[in-house]
Amino acid sequence: MQDPMSLSRKEPSRGYQLGVVQEVLLALLAEDASHGYQLRARLELALGPLSAALNSGQVYVTLNRLEKAGLVSSELVGQADRPDRKVYELTAAGRARVTEWLEDTSWPKPAPAEFHVKLVAAAAAGLADPVRLVDAQRHSLLDGLAAVQRAALAEPDGSVAALLLEGVVLRLQADLHWLEACARYWNDRKGGQA
Amino acid sequence: MNAVESLPTVEPVLRTHAVEKEYGRGEGLVRAVDSVDLEVPAGETLAVMGPSGCGKSTLLHLLGGLERPSGGAVWLAGRRIDQLSEKALARLRRRAIGFVFQAFHLLDELTALENVELPALMAGSSPRAARSRAEDLLQQVGLGDRARHLPSELSGGQRQRVAIARALSNEPLVILADEPTGNLDSAATLDVLRLLDSLRAAGQTLVIVTHDSRIAAAADRLISMRDGAFVEETRLTHGRSGPFVELAGLEG
Repeated sequence: MQDPMSLSRKEPSRGYQLGVVQEVLLALLAEDASHGYQLRARLELALGPLSAALNSGQVYVTLNRLEKAGLVSSELVGQADRPDRKVYELTAAGRARVTEWLEDTSWPKPAPAEFHVKLVAAAAAGLADPVRLVDAQRHSLLDGLAAVQRAALAEPDGSVAALLLEGVVLRLQADLHWLEACARYWNDRKGGQA
Repeated sequence: MNAVESLPTVEPVLRTHAVEKEYGRGEGLVRAVDSVDLEVPAGETLAVMGPSGCGKSTLLHLLGGLERPSGGAVWLAGRRIDQLSEKALARLRRRAIGFVFQAFHLLDELTALENVELPALMAGSSPRAARSRAEDLLQQVGLGDRARHLPSELSGGQRQRVAIARALSNEPLVILADEPTGNLDSAATLDVLRLLDSLRAAGQTLVIVTHDSRIAAAADRLISMRDGAFVEETRLTHGRSGPFVELAGLEG
């Protein structure tokens, strides 16, 4: 069977980005000055198996950007047998930005409206059976759940990344529960009009 | 027929052709399973999902010879089973199929160990061989230290793991599980999930009927049923990071 709504369609050559990478780098610098490699390692530990997909250059590009914006400052530190490295430190403006981020309660949006109106429109226009659309969507999400669950089972006890994977599992389960409700609704109205 | 097709093929563990199950008659006739074709190759974990009353449990009963189809045919390892005598069918169920049910179905007056060794004894194993196998199986499901406990002294998740150990007693060709986590909380579900996943990894053939998306997602293949028929089928792509990177909120 085809993979109609494949979530893995995108295989970007540059890798994936973390939307809040600026904020998280600033926050990681709040305790102590650090260099890019160390920051990247801490980020990768937090993301676990997801970090493999992360664009590896994003940390360095972002640090440059933060420096231009005056949120961090840097100093070149010499090393005995290797090239000098840049050590970054948080500025006062950077510290204010971290505080703002920690207090921000906005939440990544769950987006049922798009799929919901797709079902309504498909039913109204007689284009497709909404129940079939729901079934295909459920299988697509279950495919994602299968992958994340396998990754979660492979994490060692006490892994912080396992907590992230559990978050993905639970959100997918919530979406799947909602899709069950969608299937019930549209199945009850088979042959009728929305 | 081309060269590839004419090569001898390994018989699937389970196969059905146009299998049907009807209940009632006339106006009240219900077709619980409606002309289902299915093949389950050796080593596959298949999950069957669907709303209550979609026919998934009935299908499982047909596969396991617990009910007889109204039409079509069912093969277990190449042997047609839907026309066997009651006696032959009972023998086959005991030796070749492991059942796991939502309500565990353990015998309350027997210890975990006695429950697990029972199928081997009934199939003619020596008491010593049956005991040693049961002890190994309880170890395998992580309950080696609960062998002398009665089911009433075990948690729901532990009881279901005992039931799974019992299902493995006669090294069945296939395990048929009907809502194995239907009575369990989420922590116990995870224990059963880990166990089923380890059986899958060890090459055990499994057919699991479930509502539970986590259990379904542990399968190799997923089939959805509606009104007695298959409506959607997916081979699950384990191990690829792609599908969940975006779900976790990383942007492509």
